[in-house]
Amino acid sequence: MTDIQYVAPSTLDEAVGAYAAAKGAARILAGGTDLLVQMRAGMVKPGLIVDIKKVAELSAIEKTPEGGFRIGAAVSGAVLEEHPTFGKVWPGVLEGLNLIGSTQVQGRASAGGNLCNGSPAADSIPGLVAAGAIATVQGPNGRRNIPVEQVPTGPGKTSLAPGEILVSFTLPPRPAHSSDAYLRMIPRTEMDIAVVGCAVSLTMDGDTCTAARVSLGAVAPTVLLVEDAAKALVLTKLDDASLDKAAAACSAACNPIDDKRGTIAYRTKVAGVLLKRTTAIAAERAKGG
Amino acid sequence: MAKMHITTTINGEPTEFLCEPYETMLDVLRDNLGMTGSKEGCGSGDCGACSVTLDDRLVCSCLMLAAEAEGHEIRTIEGMSEGEALHPLQQKFLETAALQCGICTPGVLVAADALLKKNPNPSETEVRYWLAGNLCRCTGYDKIVRAVLETAADLRGAAE
Repeated sequence: MTDIQYVAPSTLDEAVGAYAAAKGAARILAGGTDLLVQMRAGMVKPGLIVDIKKVAELSAIEKTPEGGFRIGAAVSGAVLEEHPTFGKVWPGVLEGLNLIGSTQVQGRASAGGNLCNGSPAADSIPGLVAAGAIATVQGPNGRRNIPVEQVPTGPGKTSLAPGEILVSFTLPPRPAHSSDAYLRMIPRTEMDIAVVGCAVSLTMDGDTCTAARVSLGAVAPTVLLVEDAAKALVLTKLDDASLDKAAAACSAACNPIDDKRGTIAYRTKVAGVLLKRTTAIAAERAKGG
Repeated sequence: MAKMHITTTINGEPTEFLCEPYETMLDVLRDNLGMTGSKEGCGSGDCGACSVTLDDRLVCSCLMLAAEAEGHEIRTIEGMSEGEALHPLQQKFLETAALQCGICTPGVLVAADALLKKNPNPSETEVRYWLAGNLCRCTGYDKIVRAVLETAADLRGAAE
């Protein structure tokens, strides 16, 4: 680790330039809660660390002209929690991000880092997928927008091209009576990695669900958008038969691993159970809003 | 490779140091600056023994590069007392024996202080969740949690 360099550029162009010029030897530093652990373990040996937190756009929380939110990729969970309105509009996105690690980790860890780290169990990603969030990335060939669910391609892998940096997440404007929720199954209450994670985003018209998006974490090589589960909920009153159908769709979408945290059979069953519980919370919040 | 020259503020004092680009804030505090109150337990952000604040936000100094301190403000356990006068949390931890071996104590105190600055009247549940990232192998946590709650009550009483 003797020839390592650290830069903290103040503009995105400089950051992209430095990152691209290092040709794969560079690592992006946002909160550092994955990178520093990986460096210490010898898993990564970057020649260049590009600290992106001095780039204003990556640390900003803004309202879009359309009425949505744009969240800089390096914004920490603790900073997002202190935003006066974000958590009222997207409580599920916020609770996913702030289930990660301890208070200390939440003070640094960002949704952008969580996405780029590529863990199938990333707690903040199902909420963003259910929200229909768009990821903006910028590289040597310019800027492009992609749905968040198209960023991870496998454990530790993303669809970002060499030299591309994740800039921000754009969340759409929210119709009235919309809300979301995220639940994860872990054997304890805090400081653990999801066995299964489930995010549900709903719009309600009275007792009828008029729009839904469902996402699962930790049950496949990437976080999943489960469109069949959403279809089973839309234009229903979220009655038991509809919830059973959506739960079955979640279980059918699972392609998990067996490991010390949970078996394939357990994860597959729990995905359906969590769908029902998460939907109930999101619906209650949506009716209240 | 030349070392980096970092200008920062530590416990209110303008501070400059030299560091390697890969060194953590914890490494520099302990090895370069002689501030050994912050402990290295795990080095991976799990135990909280290295807790400090960065611009008043609670972080693990083992998960922060020292170079990131440039232009920011760090506070450590060494800045908690005012000279010989212990901070009320420190005093309460002594009086109620809310520590045994003491390795986790600096991190717990820094974390508890950050909590009480943000929330002067936390519930027991809020204290337990806030301190979930500060591992203690000795006490079973009850004395720590009670000491934080009692200090919070004392400080509220003093403020009235």
